[in-house]
Amino acid sequence: MTSIVPKEQSSESKKELSTEEHEDFRLFGLIAFLIADGMTFAGFFAAYLTFKAVNPLGPDAIYELELPLPTLNTVLLLVSSFTFHRAGKFLEKNEAKQCQKWLLITGALGLAFLISQMFEYFTLPFGLTDNLYASTFYALTGFHGLHVTLGSIMIMIIWWQTRIPSGRVNNENKFPFEAVELYWHFVDGIWVVLFIILYLL
Amino acid sequence: MTISLKPSNSPPEKLQPSGWLKYLSFSLDHKVIGLQYLVCGFLFYLIGGSLAGAIRVELISPLSDFMPREVYNQVLTLHGTIMIFLWIVPVVNGAFGNYLIPFYVGARDMAFPRLNAVAFWLIPPSGLMLITSYFINGAAQSGWTAYPPLSITTPAAGQIIWILSVLLLGGSSIFGGINFIATILKLRRPGLKLMQLPMYCWAMLGTSILVVLSTPVLAGTLILLSFDIVAHTGFFNPSLGGNVIVYQHLFWFYSHPAVYIMVLPAFGLVSEILPIHSRKPLFGYTTMVFSIMGIVVLGLVVWAHHMFTSGTPPWMRLFFTIATAFIAVPTGIKFFNWVATLWGGKISLNAAMLFSCGFIINFVLGGITGVALAQVPFDVHVHDTYFVVAHFHYIVYGGSVFVIFSSIYHWFPKFTGKMLNENLGRFHFIITFIGFNLCFAPQHWLGLNGMPRRVAEYDPQFQIINQISSVGALLMALSTLPFLWNILQSILFGDDAGDNPWNALTPEWLTSSPPPVENWEGEAPLVLEPYGYGEKDSNNT
Amino acid sequence: MPKLSAILTLTLSLILGVAGVWIAYNVNMLPVSASINAPVYDELYRVLFIIGCILFIGMTALVIYSLIQFRRRPGETGDGIDLEGNISLEIFWTAVPAIVVLFVGLYSYDIYDRMGGMQPLMHDHSGQMDNQAERVWGGIGSGPIESSSTKNSSSLPIELTAMQFAFIFHYPKGDIISGELHVPVGREVNLKMESKDVIHAFWVPQFRLKQDVIPGQPTILNFTPTKAGNYPIVCAELCGPYHGGMRSNVIVDEQEDFDTWLKENSKESI
Ligand code: HEA
Ligand code: HEA
Ligand code: CUA
Ligand SMILES: [Cu+2]
Repeated sequence: MTSIVPKEQSSESKKELSTEEHEDFRLFGLIAFLIADGMTFAGFFAAYLTFKAVNPLGPDAIYELELPLPTLNTVLLLVSSFTFHRAGKFLEKNEAKQCQKWLLITGALGLAFLISQMFEYFTLPFGLTDNLYASTFYALTGFHGLHVTLGSIMIMIIWWQTRIPSGRVNNENKFPFEAVELYWHFVDGIWVVLFIILYLL
Repeated sequence: MTISLKPSNSPPEKLQPSGWLKYLSFSLDHKVIGLQYLVCGFLFYLIGGSLAGAIRVELISPLSDFMPREVYNQVLTLHGTIMIFLWIVPVVNGAFGNYLIPFYVGARDMAFPRLNAVAFWLIPPSGLMLITSYFINGAAQSGWTAYPPLSITTPAAGQIIWILSVLLLGGSSIFGGINFIATILKLRRPGLKLMQLPMYCWAMLGTSILVVLSTPVLAGTLILLSFDIVAHTGFFNPSLGGNVIVYQHLFWFYSHPAVYIMVLPAFGLVSEILPIHSRKPLFGYTTMVFSIMGIVVLGLVVWAHHMFTSGTPPWMRLFFTIATAFIAVPTGIKFFNWVATLWGGKISLNAAMLFSCGFIINFVLGGITGVALAQVPFDVHVHDTYFVVAHFHYIVYGGSVFVIFSSIYHWFPKFTGKMLNENLGRFHFIITFIGFNLCFAPQHWLGLNGMPRRVAEYDPQFQIINQISSVGALLMALSTLPFLWNILQSILFGDDAGDNPWNALTPEWLTSSPPPVENWEGEAPLVLEPYGYGEKDSNNT
Repeated sequence: MPKLSAILTLTLSLILGVAGVWIAYNVNMLPVSASINAPVYDELYRVLFIIGCILFIGMTALVIYSLIQFRRRPGETGDGIDLEGNISLEIFWTAVPAIVVLFVGLYSYDIYDRMGGMQPLMHDHSGQMDNQAERVWGGIGSGPIESSSTKNSSSLPIELTAMQFAFIFHYPKGDIISGELHVPVGREVNLKMESKDVIHAFWVPQFRLKQDVIPGQPTILNFTPTKAGNYPIVCAELCGPYHGGMRSNVIVDEQEDFDTWLKENSKESI
């Protein structure tokens, strides 16, 4: 009978890490989640593109999009990605005040995006149930807006947590900051795709 | 960066309930969660099976006389949904995955224990919600596929509850998938290479990739569908300009990979069980790994084979025919490797082994009918008939459920420290195998000769065959009795199993039965050759 | 020894192959074939059945043989042979299924083409082209077999409207509305289908044809009945509580009988 003990018990591998420690893979988990989230958007995009390809709108259906506002929105989000990055630089240098300032700007940009998006909703000539494209438009931008809302709230939480001296996010414990930043860049990237597909195509 | 987390960052000992109560708690122990999945899934199996019983009773006579027609549709929708989302998927992934994967990678727990517990605890409430919908306003009645516009025009309450619970179950499965990927890739014990992992890890890695890539699409689709029902948008509603085919594409983009989510983990489990009970190494480890990944990739690009009669253009039908048929190649590799694993072994004909071999036989038949279905011209005749019903029951029941039983016989000693009665197990196998084939083999004929699926009434010429099928279902139902009795009496009076009753080499057997909370006393063993069976000296070729 | 086992394997495979073919030719599981593409379908079915039988019997035999031959005998301890893999075997059983599958795929492409699946849908048979703007979705078009063997070169256009829970046929020629489908033997029928509410499916098992009837998207199905008789039309897509009762008949008549039926029922003189 084969013995219970594995044939080759290697001993060389104990050098770097003991079994009780491991890398921090929380960011890895987040990336996996964002891939999943991205697939939801991909599904929506696919649906929209198929609708466009095979279901032409009736002659009386209204589906007109203006460019200025969404272009502004794109700029807002792109800038906010940059400001978030700035905040991160300051966190690394342990300059909490500066970091908080840039976070606040990022949050404000997010908020501005949402307000401008709302404004667009109210000025559009079509409503949710008017026609197929209209519905898809609202579903897509609404789902994205939900992400921005969530992100803005998390930015505010991070902003609160980076304060000195009692905040919990600092140079040693950067994970929450990095997570929100990654998420924010992701939401940003989705917007760019969305902008191209919905407004430019 | 490395941080020093205690891998099982569970609450202080005294806060955790002990004894059987811990199985009802928000436990973070992967072994507890695994068993929670298993027991919960099995309870849903009994419910789903009872519904199948109701279907088979209705079909004893050609008239719709046992239950009202609406109820029949509700029953078959619930049956399909429960069996897939609350039994097979949670058990082959959640139950065995949670129990075994941390052992296999040499960790004390999963990567995200809290997320893990959340993923499990999403299941019972959504399952109960789904079932109670039947008693409130009537459950959904548009089949587990919920094709619009039918799902938009049937009573809304049941359909919305159905959507909600499937969304929650999908969420649970995504959380689980993320956790498995992180655990397998990141939590491996130092010194353990990917190509040294037991095959089940690879199967779960592949499955989890499919889960993460495809489940969100289903979620998005169902959200759109719920808008159509609640807010009267027109995504899938042709009377408002929508397109019903887009729903089918999106739905099957998830639901075809979902069938591999149901079967790849089962492949993994069989790969663990066969070598141990035939005392031979797993044949062709490397090709097994590549075939899993091949199935994952191909599985993502074959969805439209469910839509051959949906008015898809010819080029699309052709592409999906070829892509689908090619899945037989990586799948075939696995089956030939398993047979080669048996070849020349010293096979113990115990219940675990028998169920695994039953799986091979049943799945090959189901796979062959699958390849036939993949051929467009063949499919235009048998699509949406009992031929399809036979195909997928051969695979989900003859495949996945057989493997689940096999795995229970195999790992029960580890879970509980008690042995199951092998003779009773063999008896269970024989009754199940006969009942199963009696129930589903005749359905091929039904489909070819003109009986559509999802009907409560049918042409009287099909009555005899339907009755044979119902007898088979009765046998299957009866076969659960020896199984349950076996479990019960062995928990109460079973023989002690010892730590390693099968003399196995995989890591979960290298600890006590049942294992301690931290999985091992001291450091995790480093198992570089999980399949190092076989006698080198006896000079065979 | 190796020679002996090679011979043995070869004979067994031969027996297996013969058994597969024998079964496929002696077990008939299909209803009568009553349309021009039904025999083509049956040809494909037979090939698939042969391959399936060989594979299934072969695999089952291997498993059962292994279980018996290599079972652990009483009192035996110890392990099986230490055999971890074999490259040439792996290549062999990757290549063989790949070839089989490729063959099946190409063959079924050919069958599909012969059934008319690859033809452009709106063949200008009857001269009445549909409105350009209207999209017609896939189905089975008119294939070469139809045009070559039909005595009547012009196809018979019929419109099918499906609703919960009935099929309604409309004959533009004569403006007939009928709950049953009447068609003559040997003439191509051009069925244009649309649904009023949910998805249904038009299926005649004896014709080996099925096509979903989709709301908002007309579909086309062309077929040529070859055998007079009365066959069921079955709705094959779940469409609500009475889905199981949504059935009708297709009555395939000889040309003369069909003409009388047409004459008796038409609202306008033809
Ligand atoms: C676990 C679940 C599972 C699995 C693994 C599969 C596996 C396969 N399925 Fe199945 N299928 C379902 C569950 C599953 N299916 C369900 C639930 C439905 C119905 C959904 C609904 O409408 O409700 C369905 C429906 C379905 C359809 C649509 C039928 C229709 O509605 O008209 C098709 C068509 O192509 C198909 C094909 C296949 C193929 C080709 C495989 C292949 O993966 C099989 C590959 C395996 C083998 C081939 C056997 C082993 C291989 C060898 C021994 C090698 C040699 C073989 C050859 C050379 C052929 N399946
Ligand atoms: C995924 C797994 C799965 C499993 C395991 C099963 C198991 C079974 N299925 Fe199911 N089935 C589906 C998935 C599954 N099914 C799906 C997806 C559909 C399609 C639905 C749709 O069209 O939308 C379907 C559809 C379906 C149909 C077609 C209905 C129709 O189209 O009209 C039939 C008919 O025979 C059937 C029968 C059975 C039977 C007899 C079993 C048996 O194997 C069940 C055996 C188990 C038991 C009998 C339980 C035993 C326990 C007891 C009896 C104890 C009782 C307990 C209490 C009372 C507490 N199933
Ligand atoms: Cu119409 Cu089913
Ligand atoms: Cu599929």
